[in-house]
Amino acid sequence: MKPEYKIISDLIEKDAKVLDVGCDDGTLMEFLKTNKNANIRGIEISKEKVQICIAKGLTVIEGNAEFDLKQFPNDSFEYVVLGQTLQAFINPETVIRELLRVGNKAIVTIPNFGHWKVRLNLLFKGTMPITNSLPHDWYNTPNIHMCTIKDFVRFSKIINFKIFKSLALINENVSDINNSNLIFKNLFGELGIFLIEK
Amino acid sequence: MNIKQNIKTLIVEKPLKLDCGQTINNFPLAYETYGSLNNEKDNAILVFHALTGDQFVTGINPVTKKDGWWSYAVGSGKSIDTDKYFVICANVIGGCMGSFGPSHENPKTKKIYGTDFPVITINDMVNAQINLLDFFGIKKLFSVVGGSMGGMQVLQFISNYPDKAKTAIPIACTSSHSAQNIAFNELGRQAIAADHNWSDGDYNSKNIVPDKGLAVARMAAHITYLSKKGLQEKFGRKLQERDDLKFGFDADFQIESYLRYQGSVFVDRFDANSYLYITRAMDYFDLVKQFNGNLSDAFKNTKAKFFIISFTSDWLYPTQENKDIVIALNAVGANVGFVEIESDKGHDSFLLNVPDFLKALKNFLDKSYAEKNS
Repeated sequence: MKPEYKIISDLIEKDAKVLDVGCDDGTLMEFLKTNKNANIRGIEISKEKVQICIAKGLTVIEGNAEFDLKQFPNDSFEYVVLGQTLQAFINPETVIRELLRVGNKAIVTIPNFGHWKVRLNLLFKGTMPITNSLPHDWYNTPNIHMCTIKDFVRFSKIINFKIFKSLALINENVSDINNSNLIFKNLFGELGIFLIEK
Repeated sequence: MNIKQNIKTLIVEKPLKLDCGQTINNFPLAYETYGSLNNEKDNAILVFHALTGDQFVTGINPVTKKDGWWSYAVGSGKSIDTDKYFVICANVIGGCMGSFGPSHENPKTKKIYGTDFPVITINDMVNAQINLLDFFGIKKLFSVVGGSMGGMQVLQFISNYPDKAKTAIPIACTSSHSAQNIAFNELGRQAIAADHNWSDGDYNSKNIVPDKGLAVARMAAHITYLSKKGLQEKFGRKLQERDDLKFGFDADFQIESYLRYQGSVFVDRFDANSYLYITRAMDYFDLVKQFNGNLSDAFKNTKAKFFIISFTSDWLYPTQENKDIVIALNAVGANVGFVEIESDKGHDSFLLNVPDFLKALKNFLDKSYAEKNS
């Protein structure tokens, strides 16, 4: 299980209605069902992953978050989770707006492109960075809109949404991000985890 | 052919007001069951058959002596596991496997109904079958399942009886018959009507059968059940028991021979007038219109858990039409899962050995059934 799942779970209240966008094999869904008694739905683009979710008894819709979120009415869910996929969308702004339309709150996690290993990789090798969390070559990566923790914080001001809570994951330890430590967290955080609202 | 002896029939005494305005009562509803009903009576699955199906879902059909139409999916250890579930399937009214249909005698005229039979709808079919629940003493079905026209019945059933099923699985279907669907059905009906033997539906009294027309109807329909890729891979331009073209109109190509065969075996088991009535019922099916343009309203009172399945190569009831149902369900916050199964077997995929489909169906049912005890 990915280390951030526990952190995401801690951000969600008990018995909440939750949508997991890009729910993968349903691991987080199961975790939230067990630990938070969440009324949870998933949306997943891969047919194989949808099959795995069905085999686990999870309610999942095969679909593409970029186009298929629009079928949900406003405020259908208390929380919408988007784990490490914002960077793969053609239009991240639309996706964020959709998340916040469909859910009262959204939890977005991003692999931090500002991490020092990524920076050193580019600085010394002069090639597009390949790391544990970003294992693809530039030509076959699904990640077309990489951003840093700092970028995401700026993004919230540009397209106007509230960051209710921001956390950084460093060596499986979680810590708060605030204005004074942003530069530091942007250098050492592997993952940014944001609880956002309209 | 005395088929009656192998057919279980419930005589529905309660009057049923049909959409066309007529009321029927004391009519036969032929059905078959598989597996056994448990003491709690909560393991029953009502399966709805498609256009040319019947109540003999699995095992050997006692009338045709062939495998039941859903033998891949239903049976011991299969997706719809008859060791676990009590499976009920009824022949639709308007059909020709024992349920009240156009080949029955009109008690008033003492003649076979033929085209004097009332036009029936999907709604009528479902309202006839609800009587089976009382008959078996079932308060709530565990599931309602069906593909194609069977899927339409699933949608109509939930809309009419929102608390009578725990789960619902409409497969490869639509909430509203499209112009293309109607067009293909009309082609079939016109093929039957163009057969001189049809005699405006009165062929029974003359002891003849419009077999040529019905065969052409079946051939045309059969093409719509397959995909271009599937046909190309199976038949291509392969020739039928000959080395070269014969420069004539015999079946040179295997695909021609195959279609002719499909047409010829169909006429032995199906009634031409039933074909007219059932295709008409499908064409009249428009759940969207029933709810004044808002399909979601059809499902707003149900707590049933839905699982919708479509197939990539199904161009008769394409994925988008199945997704429209998903969208309507999501709009009212219903519990709905959806998967599109990769298959090049076309619309017929749901009847065939498509492992991903059979696996998804089994997993959904078994997991949902396990939930009731947790």
